[in-house]
Amino acid sequence: MMNLWMRQIASVLRLEMKKTFLSRRGWWVYFLALGPVVLTLLHWLIGTSRGAGRHTLGEDSLVFAGLFHFYYLRLGIFFGCVGIFSNLFRGEMLEKTLHYYYLTPLRRELLVAGKYIAGLGTALFLFVGSTAISFLLIGRHFGAAYTDYILHGPGLSQLGSYMLVAALACVGYGAVFLMCGILFRNPMIPAAVVMVWENLNPFLPTVLKKISVIFYLKNLCPVEIPIPPPFNVMVIDADPTPFWIAVPGLLALSLILLVYSGLSARHTEISYGE
Amino acid sequence: MSPATGENLITFTNVSRFYGEVLGVNKVSLTIPPGVTSLVGPNGSGKTTLMNLMTGLIRPSQGEISVLGISPEDPEHLCRAVGYCAQFDNYPKGLTGYQFIYSFLRVYGMSHEECDRRTMAALETVGLVDARNRQVAAYSKGMRQRVRLAQATAHEPQVLVLDEPLNGLDPLARAEAIALFEQWGAKGRHVIVSSHILHEVDRISDQVILLSQGYVVAEGQIQSVRGEVKDQPMQILVRCDHPSQLAARLFTENHLVEAKLHTDGHGLLLRTTDADGFYLLLNRIVIETGLIVESVAPADDDVNSVYQYLIGGEGGTV
Repeated sequence: MMNLWMRQIASVLRLEMKKTFLSRRGWWVYFLALGPVVLTLLHWLIGTSRGAGRHTLGEDSLVFAGLFHFYYLRLGIFFGCVGIFSNLFRGEMLEKTLHYYYLTPLRRELLVAGKYIAGLGTALFLFVGSTAISFLLIGRHFGAAYTDYILHGPGLSQLGSYMLVAALACVGYGAVFLMCGILFRNPMIPAAVVMVWENLNPFLPTVLKKISVIFYLKNLCPVEIPIPPPFNVMVIDADPTPFWIAVPGLLALSLILLVYSGLSARHTEISYGE
Repeated sequence: MSPATGENLITFTNVSRFYGEVLGVNKVSLTIPPGVTSLVGPNGSGKTTLMNLMTGLIRPSQGEISVLGISPEDPEHLCRAVGYCAQFDNYPKGLTGYQFIYSFLRVYGMSHEECDRRTMAALETVGLVDARNRQVAAYSKGMRQRVRLAQATAHEPQVLVLDEPLNGLDPLARAEAIALFEQWGAKGRHVIVSSHILHEVDRISDQVILLSQGYVVAEGQIQSVRGEVKDQPMQILVRCDHPSQLAARLFTENHLVEAKLHTDGHGLLLRTTDADGFYLLLNRIVIETGLIVESVAPADDDVNSVYQYLIGGEGGTV
């Protein structure tokens, strides 16, 4: 039975990749992923042409931390996951093609698993790849100094941390938005609610802070970004969650959401609103 | 054809389905044996709802459904036995005809070789082998209909549910599709077809289910359904050498409601409330008068007539 299930998940994965990976429909998701790569590439080219000395490597490291906190986590990966994962079911409902899956002898939970893995593969490729490339490009104009920073300094560890956080963000937000795509006719409404909640996180009381994805991810980032004034006075500090709780906690939360999505998919009817 | 048992029947027991406050089907109790069964009724009569219910795409608000002894709540088993060609003319984007059929066959857990063999066989059945590497989106409407038929039948299901399968097909493709349905039905499979084209339904159906406003109006073999419609006199066409003489004699016996002479002068279309009595009387008249009768045949025991009697509306297509 396990063997059959694995083959079925693999077949869903293949089909989903064929249908959605690098499809024209998702152009804006690729734009979200490629945006910072283009910016850091320009930064490298401009830095090279003007010569070093206008800013330090430490400043570039801080700029990347800001880019990661405020662009990748709060915008790029967030909306990228909305686009990728909420469309896995809702997109097929709108295109009236989900019944093809529902007419195969496939456990609905396996369909959810197959689609999630396909979406996750795409999200990881785009956003973890984008994070890594951007990180490698941002200090490239420092030449050997940047190579040394990466190979012998804290660079490699920082790169690993950023890639891990980006991957966990894809895992967490992916599970959230896959569920939204199954449960809600218009997943953009819950996505907007989640976005407001996640962005209010620094200003929330400690207990509420912990009910969010960004809280755990932020604590895993290697470089902290201070909130600028006047907003900093409204920030409520909370004890950072240790790595060994944050990572398994986020994975467990994602698993719970996926199990719930599987159960919901089992009870989903295909009538396309007719 | 094997004898009908619970294991090879499709049964609906007091099934109702509501969409909010809108009625889909109400208190439907049906037994569908193997063979070609047509669902006939106007738009909104509940044909597609019945099909969606028996394939597990939607659930009944109340009642129970069994397809060859399998509950539609058990898609892992049901979908191996059932193939459904739904009415939606939509396809996953970016797939060729071959990929469309092959990819969904892989979801059944079959090997590459098995899926390839079945895909090619299904494409050959519907005459799309040459177009297999073209994107489905680039197919004509008739080709898309055929590739959907191939996709629904590629896993060789015991039950085939086809929602308006003749739509968009040209006359040749339509004739081929009908031959295919008859062939499947003759193999002892269930072929459940909904169609608006009544004369074609008439040709292919072993039994019909007439639906109106969510209710089953009649079910069974069309001749027996017609026999149950007692309030409509039976129409019988008699072709003979002296139709006017026959009409006069029948009227003197007070056996007819209405009689019309055929335009070619060799036929009599008559309406009677007692068909069995009429046949006995006709035998007597033939013996007594030496009338030469070429043929005697019911003229309104087809789907079109029964549909008009029970549901009303235009004949030909609904």
